[in-house]
Amino acid sequence: MTNRNAIHLQGVEFGWQQGVPVLDVTELTVAAGERVFVKGPSGSGKTTLLSLVGGIVTPQRGTVQVLGQDLGPLSGAQRDRFRAHHIGFIFQMFNLIPYLTVLENVLLPCRFSRRRRGRIAAAGETPRAAATRLLQQLDLSASLLHVPVTRLSVGQQQRVAAARALIGAPELVVADEPTSALDTDRRRAFLSLLQQECQRSNTTLLFVSHDDALENAFQRTVHLPAINRASRQEVVA
Amino acid sequence: MSLLTLAWKSIRNRLFSVVLTVVSIALSVLLLVSVERVRHEARESFANTVAGTDLIVGARGGQVQLLLYSIFRMGNATNNISWESYQELRQHRDVAWTVPLSLGDSHRGFRVLGTNGDYFQHYRFGRKQALSFRAGAAFDGVYDAVLGADVARELGYGIGESIVLSHGTGEVSLQEHGDQPFRVVGILAKTGTPVDRTVHIRLQGMEAIHAGWVGGRPTALSRLRRAPDPEALQPKSVTAVLVGLKSPMAVFQLQRYINEYRAEPLLAAMPGVALQELWDTLALVQQALLAISVMVVLVGITGMATAMLAGLNERRREMAVLRSVGARPWHIFVLVQGEALIIMLVSVVLGVSGMYLLHLLLAPWLEQQWGLYLSLRGLSPTECWLLGGALVSGLSVGLVPAYRAYRFSLADGMTVRL
Ligand SMILES: Nc1ncnc2c1ncn2[C@@H]1O[C@H](COP(=O)(O)OP(=O)(O)OP(=O)(O)O)[C@@H](O)[C@H]1O
Ligand SMILES: [Mg+2]
Repeated sequence: MTNRNAIHLQGVEFGWQQGVPVLDVTELTVAAGERVFVKGPSGSGKTTLLSLVGGIVTPQRGTVQVLGQDLGPLSGAQRDRFRAHHIGFIFQMFNLIPYLTVLENVLLPCRFSRRRRGRIAAAGETPRAAATRLLQQLDLSASLLHVPVTRLSVGQQQRVAAARALIGAPELVVADEPTSALDTDRRRAFLSLLQQECQRSNTTLLFVSHDDALENAFQRTVHLPAINRASRQEVVA
Repeated sequence: MSLLTLAWKSIRNRLFSVVLTVVSIALSVLLLVSVERVRHEARESFANTVAGTDLIVGARGGQVQLLLYSIFRMGNATNNISWESYQELRQHRDVAWTVPLSLGDSHRGFRVLGTNGDYFQHYRFGRKQALSFRAGAAFDGVYDAVLGADVARELGYGIGESIVLSHGTGEVSLQEHGDQPFRVVGILAKTGTPVDRTVHIRLQGMEAIHAGWVGGRPTALSRLRRAPDPEALQPKSVTAVLVGLKSPMAVFQLQRYINEYRAEPLLAAMPGVALQELWDTLALVQQALLAISVMVVLVGITGMATAMLAGLNERRREMAVLRSVGARPWHIFVLVQGEALIIMLVSVVLGVSGMYLLHLLLAPWLEQQWGLYLSLRGLSPTECWLLGGALVSGLSVGLVPAYRAYRFSLADGMTVRL
């Protein structure tokens, strides 16, 4: 990845339905290693933005570059592979496969991405060791490794999800309101752990929330309605 | 972790409903292989019953009926062959040997067969195996009896045992030949044919116990005294005759000769042809049974697809999570298809094990009640085909939920809207 930008959106227009634009962003750039907070009210298109970055949907107009790769010309399968190799996801809830243990959940991305396995091997670790280390750094004790995830508290589950997003050192971690199910104290703890991990491995973090209180933990804030012309049009209309 | 392991863990998570599916398919597979096995074994058992006999001769009637009463000891003859005809047949120039068969009596549910020493010499079963004695030897005296293996085993008889024959072939007999008991002098080795369930006596013995009887009932005279010299008794008729030829070429010629025999109406049947006809009369029933069991398997498989389709909605979230960790839509497809594979494999293994278990449990009963001798053996090519067919159908039907899951996961991406 020669490009120093982790994410670069240019002239992107997207609507789920024809004629109903949800996003209209002239330009959005996130530098490699940057940790960015994206905020905006419910329905302002935050999740939609992440879907564009993750290559789950393609814009009607404009280009989406992730890690220097223009997602537009990629086929569905290529985008799938790109996502598996380079992006870790954390969602609001239901992140984990209920019938797998903590360790099995964390190891899942290694199953689907050779690239991630390769990076672990290059760092001189086994996937299992990497998972254990990440869980430990996220304050989950080794005694929980083989526990079914359904036995964890919501806060613990979110940390397992974070470990899973981070395993195999993807260049970009995308988090869609991962803290909204947590109480204030846990939210803070989770956030600082996530931040630490991203900093340690120089991972770009795109963190979406409508909770302003989290904002000051980040290097930069993007107020989505401010850069989204579609929402302004909506407001005017 | 392989996709199959993942599929297996997912199944474990929904164990109850999957077990129900597996049970229903396993039962249907059990039915299928059992029907096929009984079908096959019945045919083997049939074909093995008589060998080395060129013609079976009896009174005119159906050849299947003749085969049934002469060889399978089922049903009764409507007419007999006169002694004179039998003698003439015996002396025919093409005939190498004959075995006279005289039926009609029984001993505690087992048929009694009157014959002569030629029976032990010429009767063949299976792959032309001859009869052999487990104990004792062939009958010699008029009141000697030779037991089939099952008769001896089930009634616990040994050499020297004294037995009383009954008139007629019902389980409960009204007339007993209690005044003229027989003595067991020989016990045959097991053959897996109706011979095992037969009590053999000499034709003279048969004659002696009916001496003076009229119309199947004893008369005052017969009750009063036994025949003075049983050895001198001349049977008036026999029920059927097994015929072996000097040259197999002569079989059609002799058959025509017998069928056109003037003195009395006779029928000569070739055992192979008669067996085939008997088998053909049963073919429709067997094929219907087999078709029904195939249908039952299909119903089971459809049930599986239904259960899987119904479960998909609940599993959409699971699949979205898998997508978010890098699973491609085809992974999701394989995952669901893998579930069908696991269900089918487990069901087939259970069904086949169940069949063997049933076999072990029911074999003695089938043998006693139906004279059906099942041999414990591996899967036949036909059975493998049927099982393979079930597997393939299961996997094909599994394509439906798998494809649907694939579509879901394409549409849902990583975020499910429920
Ligand atoms: N899969 C979809 N199909 C159709 N419309 C959608 C879809 N996802 C989102 N939308 C629409 O796009 C708009 C933006 O939705 P989005 O989920 O991006 O908002 P958000 O900022 O993430 O909101 P929240 O904070 O509530 O999660 C909404 O009007 C929504 O109705
Ligand atoms: Mg959202």
